[in-house]
Amino acid sequence: MVKDLSVSLCGLRLKNPVIPASGTFGFGLELADSLDLNVLGGISLKGTTREARFGNPTPRIAECTAGMINSVGLQNPGIEALVSDKAPALRRIYDGVVIANISGYSVEEYAYNCARADACPAIDLLEVNVSCPNVHGGGMAFGTDPQSAAAVTRAVKAVTHKPVFIKLSPNVTDIVSIARACEDAGANGITLINTVLGMRIDIKKRKPIIANKMGGFSGPAVFPLALRMVYQVAHACGIPVMGCGGVARAEDVVEMMMAGATAVQVGAENLRNPSACPEIIEALPALMERLGIDRLQDIIGIVE
Amino acid sequence: MQKRLFKIDSNDPVARDTLRMGLRTDAPVAIRSGQFVDIAIPGYYLRRPISVSDVLPDGVILFYKVVGEGTKVMAGMTPGMELELLCGGDPGSQSGMTKGMGSGFHPEKCQEAALLVGGGLGAAPLYLLARELLAAGKRVTAVLGFNKADEICLVEQYRALGVPVHIATLDGSAGTKGFVTDAIAAAKPAFDRFYTCGPLPMMKAVCTTLDAPGEASMEERMGCGAGFCYGCTLQTQSGPRRVCADGPVFDKEEILW
Repeated sequence: MVKDLSVSLCGLRLKNPVIPASGTFGFGLELADSLDLNVLGGISLKGTTREARFGNPTPRIAECTAGMINSVGLQNPGIEALVSDKAPALRRIYDGVVIANISGYSVEEYAYNCARADACPAIDLLEVNVSCPNVHGGGMAFGTDPQSAAAVTRAVKAVTHKPVFIKLSPNVTDIVSIARACEDAGANGITLINTVLGMRIDIKKRKPIIANKMGGFSGPAVFPLALRMVYQVAHACGIPVMGCGGVARAEDVVEMMMAGATAVQVGAENLRNPSACPEIIEALPALMERLGIDRLQDIIGIVE
Repeated sequence: MQKRLFKIDSNDPVARDTLRMGLRTDAPVAIRSGQFVDIAIPGYYLRRPISVSDVLPDGVILFYKVVGEGTKVMAGMTPGMELELLCGGDPGSQSGMTKGMGSGFHPEKCQEAALLVGGGLGAAPLYLLARELLAAGKRVTAVLGFNKADEICLVEQYRALGVPVHIATLDGSAGTKGFVTDAIAAAKPAFDRFYTCGPLPMMKAVCTTLDAPGEASMEERMGCGAGFCYGCTLQTQSGPRRVCADGPVFDKEEILW
């Protein structure tokens, strides 16, 4: 039997649930020469702020066991470049779901950026990043308490009719209360998890490897943590969840979906294997066959 | 850029902590001087970007230094073992995957005579450049700097091409005692363009001392190695540039020394 990989996400049909996560796939355009982008269910674009940002000093990358730390610090060309150049250019060559990942330093900036993204026909869905651990005075500050996460959610919902997912940080004590606050404030869905704040030290130099000292840890090592949070949030909220964190294989996609994810984002794995997403998608039908799954949509949240 | 399996042909020590690895694959490779391959090392999460020192019809030659755990594992590998590389694709392929890793040097911008200035393993990518320059009928002089005589490598290969090589060592154990800039001052080679690869302070000295136009190959800790993670960004005269994809080779004027 032909396997049905498609999923429905807030009324958008994804040909499969696999989406490169924001920050690990540029604007998609960087990989257009090397991959067939059109096999991807969606693409979450690089996190964008109002003004262009250089980001953090280098080194921005540190290898870890089963993962890595990044401290890119939201390098991006700014919201106008996203809506007038990057997203339309991707739309011309890509027929899947285009997700703009929006960051900000104030509630007003989040709303402004989302209003600009709302006006861009190339963008299908907004993912609001209240969880970047690599910028000061913004990013994660909005995602670590329910009131500020709700304030950002309300502000962006007021300026867009596109589906809004709030991307949450795992660096909190009670993920469920934050997810619920976003749902109550009108979010259409939740993406989780962003990276875990981490650190490495060069023991010869006696200094942190990352110039900014700390950065976001991701990779297969965080998969169980991400899966647990996806499970908790999916079962506590009525809105769909995009699961993200340490996904490296087709098996991880199925596991995330059984925990409650409607779509699954692949992050750090793209950095070690640029064709990770196409390879995962290609492996899904045979895995579904082995597991007796005909429609991926049927397994979402199947684990009680 | 494409992912390809290569088989280790040889992996031999050539100087202190320095090895030469020959890798072969089953189809032609398209790689220019200054480009690199990105090697997956079993048991380690990220790839290791290593510049290409020479290109065979179906393979590459790399020189690498054992600087950490990943290169230590590489040093223990034996002929016959396979490595998965990201590299430029088959030049005959229609798949659009022929673009290599990194920008590469620009031998075509040299008019008549080139000066190659390498520090340590910076001599490795400049060797392929020397071959390209010679094939285009240019004259080539190399100035290679090392800390000590026991680190010297590639000099015989350059000389086998007919390239005059001037050596500088910091401790004076071979060639001119001092920096590459001292050896350049002593040798007074004629050139209209220079190309440099090596430690940042050396390249800074070279680029700010020499009047001629020049190019420098920069190094940075990389994530993806292919231009989409923005982990290795450098601030330049023309704004943020990715070392892996916009570089690693930049015009000397681009770099904010």
